[in-house]
Amino acid sequence: MKKTKWQNLIHQIKKSYMFYLMMAPFLLFFVVFAVYPVLKAIFYSFTDYNILEKPNFIGLKNYAQLILHDAIFIKAIQNTFIIAVFVGPFGYILSFLVAWLINELPHWLGTIMTIVFYMPSMAGGAMLIFSLLFSNDSNGYINAYLLDWGLIDAPILWLTSAKTVLVLVIVISVWMSLGVGFLSFVAGIKNVQEDQYEAAAIDGIRNRWQELWFITLPNMKPQLLFGAVMSITGSFSVGAVADSLVGFPSPSYASHTIVNHLNDYGLIRLEMGRASAIAVILFFIMIVSNLLVQKLLRKVGT
Amino acid sequence: MRKIFNFESETRSYARRNTRSFGGNVVMGFFLAVLGYIFFFPVLFMYNNALKPLNEMFMFPPKVFVRNPTFNNFLDLFRVLANTLVPFGRYMFNSLFVIVIGSVGHIIIASLCAYPLAKYTFPGSKFISKLIVYSLMFNATVTTIPNFITISKLGLIDSYGAIIIPSFASTLGLYFMMNFMEGIPDSLLEAAKIDGASHLRIHFSIVLPLVKPAWVTAFILIFQSLWGSTGDSFIYKENLKSVAYMMSQIAGGSSVGVARAGVLAAASAIMFSIPAVIFLLMQTNVINTMATSGIKE
Repeated sequence: MKKTKWQNLIHQIKKSYMFYLMMAPFLLFFVVFAVYPVLKAIFYSFTDYNILEKPNFIGLKNYAQLILHDAIFIKAIQNTFIIAVFVGPFGYILSFLVAWLINELPHWLGTIMTIVFYMPSMAGGAMLIFSLLFSNDSNGYINAYLLDWGLIDAPILWLTSAKTVLVLVIVISVWMSLGVGFLSFVAGIKNVQEDQYEAAAIDGIRNRWQELWFITLPNMKPQLLFGAVMSITGSFSVGAVADSLVGFPSPSYASHTIVNHLNDYGLIRLEMGRASAIAVILFFIMIVSNLLVQKLLRKVGT
Repeated sequence: MRKIFNFESETRSYARRNTRSFGGNVVMGFFLAVLGYIFFFPVLFMYNNALKPLNEMFMFPPKVFVRNPTFNNFLDLFRVLANTLVPFGRYMFNSLFVIVIGSVGHIIIASLCAYPLAKYTFPGSKFISKLIVYSLMFNATVTTIPNFITISKLGLIDSYGAIIIPSFASTLGLYFMMNFMEGIPDSLLEAAKIDGASHLRIHFSIVLPLVKPAWVTAFILIFQSLWGSTGDSFIYKENLKSVAYMMSQIAGGSSVGVARAGVLAAASAIMFSIPAVIFLLMQTNVINTMATSGIKE
């Protein structure tokens, strides 16, 4: 019995050899640059690797150091979660809301609005605009307007004050958060069959909110799941925004995130063991929150 | 074929119109307009700034909208570009080369992998599809360090390969192509099979043309990420650096001199415009692809 099962499997593998050949090139790159690095990071995180010397196994020391003795790392975790809690859900709901409203517009106007809302996510290098808007002196546009209107009597130090930097990073990240997930919502809502809405209207759906809850949302579950993945992964990897806005490190580490900490140890200090431990922690934060949210979202409309 | 291959907005049925109140429409429309302005404002501001003469840029109280538009900032930028360390054409070539090889390579390699996964079941196919969905749940920030070590061990530091090769492994593009291919009717592939076409032949002459929106989307994604890539910690030779790196040097970090402010505004307007125009030209493809982007249960 067991033997025939194996023979069957081998037969199937032989029959599909062409498929394996077609997939081989991608899988090679995928394994080398996506699967292997995760395993390698887990391995390095238990060593004191520094590129120059051979890695020595040091057990959980990197993790212990990070959690018990590295106040800046704790700060980075806090900041990352603050940013993710604001940017993730807020950007996600905003993406959906905007996509839903756009669907009500005539086709041409909907296309224009889609582009207007998507544009910021392409503006990776446009941080300059925000440094001009929030510039510290009275030449900064926001300061100048506030001074002009008499709301403040001295310029606010937006980019150097620890209080405001984190808020700015959150605002800009939300501004940039209507990305691929948003486009997925726009397309998903358009694709809900019209006759479902019609049937629902005849069955007594009274207003757009009922329609949204009973028809649109349940029909969009796959897109909702995909959008959530994009939004969670994106909101936990905020880091470059602060770098290009206020430089590294941010004033009294006010907007220091896990990604900033990772790059500091990995690419500046070249303490690869410690950096890998940070990467592993970030990896599990991302995977666990993704799986949790997936579980939650699967309950929508059931 | 599924509905995605015929994509147009339809007029709302009579029964459904009753679910929309006039007041609600006005409030929603107003909300969307205000939000749209807020989202568009920084972009609008960037273009206005690029067209401002220097005295308007440092006027108090400042004005967002330009009064006497001028192309001087762009002319100044071109003057700066004429005096770069390496001729500007070289930076441009580097960026384009990396983008073309990176995206074409990615599309060919990833689509070859997507086709069997989307249309057939064979030992391991479910596992690999799952692995690809899982890989969307974390991103390059996690793999930076090991990938940096791998790339340096492969001797790719200071070569185009350091930028190009990791982009081959991008799973988002593959994921879109895979989902889109599932919409291709099996009968079409069967017919080709009966006519004696090999899988490779079917892939290149039937599947790829049908899933054009998906690989155009993959192209846009790769373009956006590679166009913005400064080659940080991978590229040190000036003659291999990208346009994005060169433009960031004009910016000169956080201390922006008055004299350079205009050049800088022009540079960021151009850096932003190029991916934006490409997206504009191809946005129908992207929306069609996104219709199939969902994660199945």
